[in-house]
Amino acid sequence: MSAVASLQRLRRLVIAVPYLWLALFFLAPFVIVLRMAFSQAATALPPYAPHWEGLAQLGDFLSQLDIANFSLLGDDPLYWQSYLYSLRIAALTTIFALAIGYPLAYAMASAPPRWRGTLLVFVILPFWTSFLIRVYAWIGILRPEGLLDATLSFLGFEGEPLRLLNTETAVLLGMVYSYLPFMVLPLFATLEKLDRGLLEAAADLGATPVTAFLTVTLPLSLPGILAGSALVFIPAVGEFVIPDLLGGPDTVMIGKVLWSEFFSNRDWPLASAVAVVLLVVLVLPLVLLQRARLQREMAA
Amino acid sequence: MSRLGPGLILALIVGFAFLYLPILTLIAYSFNASRLVTVWGGFSTHWYGALMQNQPLLDAAWLSIRLGFVSATLATILGTLAALALARHGRFVGRTLFSGMVLAPLVMPEVVTGLSLLLLFVAADVERGFWTVTIAHATFSLGFACIVVQSRLAGFDRSLEEAAQDLGATPFVTFWTVTLPLIWPAVAAAWMLAFTLSLDDLVIASFTTGPGATTLPMRLYSAVKLGVSPEINAACTIMIGAVAVVVIAASLLLKREQLAGS
Repeated sequence: MSAVASLQRLRRLVIAVPYLWLALFFLAPFVIVLRMAFSQAATALPPYAPHWEGLAQLGDFLSQLDIANFSLLGDDPLYWQSYLYSLRIAALTTIFALAIGYPLAYAMASAPPRWRGTLLVFVILPFWTSFLIRVYAWIGILRPEGLLDATLSFLGFEGEPLRLLNTETAVLLGMVYSYLPFMVLPLFATLEKLDRGLLEAAADLGATPVTAFLTVTLPLSLPGILAGSALVFIPAVGEFVIPDLLGGPDTVMIGKVLWSEFFSNRDWPLASAVAVVLLVVLVLPLVLLQRARLQREMAA
Repeated sequence: MSRLGPGLILALIVGFAFLYLPILTLIAYSFNASRLVTVWGGFSTHWYGALMQNQPLLDAAWLSIRLGFVSATLATILGTLAALALARHGRFVGRTLFSGMVLAPLVMPEVVTGLSLLLLFVAADVERGFWTVTIAHATFSLGFACIVVQSRLAGFDRSLEEAAQDLGATPFVTFWTVTLPLIWPAVAAAWMLAFTLSLDDLVIASFTTGPGATTLPMRLYSAVKLGVSPEINAACTIMIGAVAVVVIAASLLLKREQLAGS
């Protein structure tokens, strides 16, 4: 009896401790952001203390909601343009990462099994090194009279320096570079489990390697493609460091807008409204990611 | 299909060249005697000496290491508990909300996580610094730790736990003597992942820190903003070296363990 009681206590503790932590440090801040997004800058200047109304005052509360921050997001082209721009950059990043990552993951999965572990470690290794370091490496390469210009002139290409730093190309390079492991890992996981016998069967039935790839490998690796694409696309939309360091004045992504609304303009409610819309934008890719996860779990 | 065709070998070469060339050039230029990135002035360790004199950077590095240590430990404990709750406790009230909250920080844009936690700390009127960043880091790495441990728990022989309990072990003793020794590689991997995430984070730390608690990424960020310098290359090279040693050692250890297990 006491063993059962202590088991019950332990069970409850195992659930309650992380639950409470997340409720306090994830859910509560989220609610505060929502509340802040509907506040006026005047009443929400730092130091800001939220006023928690009771349920009875909910109607009151709703009527006080200030959607001015959101209508500003709609009116000022800076905001919706930077949302669209972020989606565009994230989509391009995903496509390029897929174009480089798929052949890489495919080759890794086709390698002899005893190499695979080592190859995997070498894909993950750059991911463990600091994000900032990887972006910084690209500054050294792309900046005027940097390594790329020096290499080109060494190889005999005369002419203007490329001036790639602070352009969209630089942002894309940095993004694809930084997010590539997120694409390769799920792709590798799916491709490695693929039954090679299916390809042999396709070949026996007269399919060319290209047809076999298009009709067998590609559809079967779709969960990996979806998971990898979501893992690249979702964080890429809200990216701040890469557009800030590699981008220029015309590569304004939404993460950077939020950062400067907060740190430079000190408009906390507007920054919160930007955050809320950013999350809404990410709902669709998140649903896709969740579906890919469920499909994988069902398959497993 | 154990032979790689030329196309696949090319894919491997291109992929790994893209991943490693930038890092390798960065390392090479940390040993450049010349301050100019385009001019190779001969091999020199001058910038490493200069780095050792850079007290603000060293302080920031020490702060980041302590911060990573505490937040990774917290995240690993909480993440392991969360993984146990999700893998072992079947249905419980609010399970969907719970798993949502565990996984959401993984995909939450860093700017949003940082902003929301800062607003909480301001609302609660706590002094910002070491501990607020620690809490923030533990919260966002918890989900990563949970996933790593959960994957280990999924392929786990539960009859061992049942046997221990049949032999009279309390749930706590069972966990300590049976479950934990079996899942420790995952717990260690979760800790390392959480530590790296903390050491790497610029955005969330920038939001949640206070005066007097400047982390290494924040220091590096402001240095990078000012431009490229071989001293930063030297700092980066040391960090890359440390990470490479740890990751390769860990994967070798894991391989040995797997060999011993099979």
